[in-house]
Amino acid sequence: MTETTNLDKPESQVAAIWRQFREHKGAVFGLAVLGFLVVFVLIGPLLWQAETLKVSEALKVKNQGPSLRFPLGTDQLGRDMLDRMMSAGQVSLAVGFIAMMIAIFFGTFIGILAGYFKRLDGPLMRLTDMFLALPLIPLLLVMVMLFRDRIAKVVGPEMGAFILIVFAIGLTSWMHAARIVRGEVLALKEREYVLAARSIGAPPRRIILRHILPNVISPVMVAATLGIAEAIITESVLSFLGLGFPPDFPTWGRLLFDGLQYMQLYPERVIWPGLAISLTVLSVNYIGDGLRDALDPKARGR
Amino acid sequence: MLTYTLRRLLLAIPTLLLISLVIFLLVDLAPGSPASEIPLTVPPEVRQKILESLGVNQPIFVRYFLWLKQFFYVEPLNGIDALFGSHLAEGMQRIISYQTRSPVFPLIGERLPQTLTVIGTAYVVGVLIALPIGIYSAYRQYSLFDQFGTMFAMIGFSVPTFFTGTVFIIVFGVWLGWFPTKYDTTLSVTDWDSFVKQIRQMAMPVMVLGLANAAAISRYMRSSMLENMKQDYVRTARAKGMSERTVVLKHVLRNSMIPVVTIIALGIPSIFGGAIITENLFGVNGIGAALIGAIRGNDLPMVQTLAFIFAILIVTFNLIADVLYGLLDPRIRYD
Repeated sequence: MTETTNLDKPESQVAAIWRQFREHKGAVFGLAVLGFLVVFVLIGPLLWQAETLKVSEALKVKNQGPSLRFPLGTDQLGRDMLDRMMSAGQVSLAVGFIAMMIAIFFGTFIGILAGYFKRLDGPLMRLTDMFLALPLIPLLLVMVMLFRDRIAKVVGPEMGAFILIVFAIGLTSWMHAARIVRGEVLALKEREYVLAARSIGAPPRRIILRHILPNVISPVMVAATLGIAEAIITESVLSFLGLGFPPDFPTWGRLLFDGLQYMQLYPERVIWPGLAISLTVLSVNYIGDGLRDALDPKARGR
Repeated sequence: MLTYTLRRLLLAIPTLLLISLVIFLLVDLAPGSPASEIPLTVPPEVRQKILESLGVNQPIFVRYFLWLKQFFYVEPLNGIDALFGSHLAEGMQRIISYQTRSPVFPLIGERLPQTLTVIGTAYVVGVLIALPIGIYSAYRQYSLFDQFGTMFAMIGFSVPTFFTGTVFIIVFGVWLGWFPTKYDTTLSVTDWDSFVKQIRQMAMPVMVLGLANAAAISRYMRSSMLENMKQDYVRTARAKGMSERTVVLKHVLRNSMIPVVTIIALGIPSIFGGAIITENLFGVNGIGAALIGAIRGNDLPMVQTLAFIFAILIVTFNLIADVLYGLLDPRIRYD
């Protein structure tokens, strides 16, 4: 009568995503490299503390090659490059991450409003189109150039540069997320379960938060991953043009810019930060690729 | 199609006006205005005169509309005058650069050829590299070539141009000494020797930008080819006994080119705007370098004009891409 068929315990969703993610060799490689870089910039400073040198001592050890005392050598002011690489990495990754969060927040918000409320769709999408047509790098350069000093007066040069750049990047890169979310919401809105929710009298706020938002998470996550890469590149472009972070609060892009003058004599000073930026962006892009495959239930079944 | 094009053209006008307002206000309201550049020791009446000569003592909307009039009316008239030797724009106020005290448009015109030769060549080279790679790696999906090509695309896509540029300079310029590290703008091509020199100095910037462009375009080419390879008409063509060459290069390629052509069109504005880094790195004296110079020198009219020109290019090529897509693909009907 009741035959106990031996069914395997169904895989949890997270496990299924992880299993599919592991199939993508590039994504696993990307995760490993990114993990290594994060450990390098976060745990590294705990294990490796640069000596505090007096100015006279520091000038004696300037422009040194790699040695046991300075594993990556020193720069033109006798500062330990390994130490600078680690602290610069913290700022670079933080900029990428926070700028992405801002962009995703705005993108999702505008995308949901445009997709769900028909009246807002037209104006909001025109706004998105307008932002897409803005020449971003020139405008970012102008914004940084013109507002840097004013913000620095209020919160100090380091925090000023950080806040300005993070917000400038975040507020100019939400458009793709908004378009993706809007498209998803337009399709989800017509589903039966949304109709069911509406028919029992759920207000739009609850429908959006409980029923629609959880279902747009996967494309948003992919867009967010790729957004980190884009933000890191944009920040390093600004720093590379000398309009980013101040030299005593460096990012990888700033280190590269500083090394540019000494490129012919000490090429490694350009190579290390450049390699760090490139590896971060490459691994993040691979992770995004892998996530896209893993989060798509249609692809996962294969 | 015509109504669609017209509607898009009409819609482009408010978009552009809005963008121009955003650019104008952002640059104009910012704290680093020319008024703050004048030393405090300058007496007030002289200061007033300076501001008047810069045209910044009027209310902001007056200045905005004046700028619009100069941009859309006076400057085109000046262009006509320069072309036909007429005197239509005589006595009209042009957009004047703060740095050089000369009209902005001729300055931009001087910079344009350098940008077009170097960055334009790079774009063409990029497209020419990307198409065969995309086609072949889609045709032999999962082959060694495809995996290598995909990796190449991913790397070219991820490694920023300022890093590839510096590595190229170190390797080819400093170590091997094959190419000059700086671009010499004054070089004019008159004979074979100077031509070779021009090619050599163009090689590195063109390679750097070309590779970056090729990476992005080859990804689109590959995925578009893959999509079409699975279609029924391909099987039909093969069943009719057509050669593999005809099937791939005629039937599949033509259909796969439709989205790629629009992607290529969409990328053209970046020739002008996105080349800021490359121009800066190699010392190409083009538009990107002009923009950076203007930003550093607080030259507001130049920055506003250049940024707005970039915006016009983006809007125009977006429109061209959409119209092209409708023209090439009979399945797309906008109206």
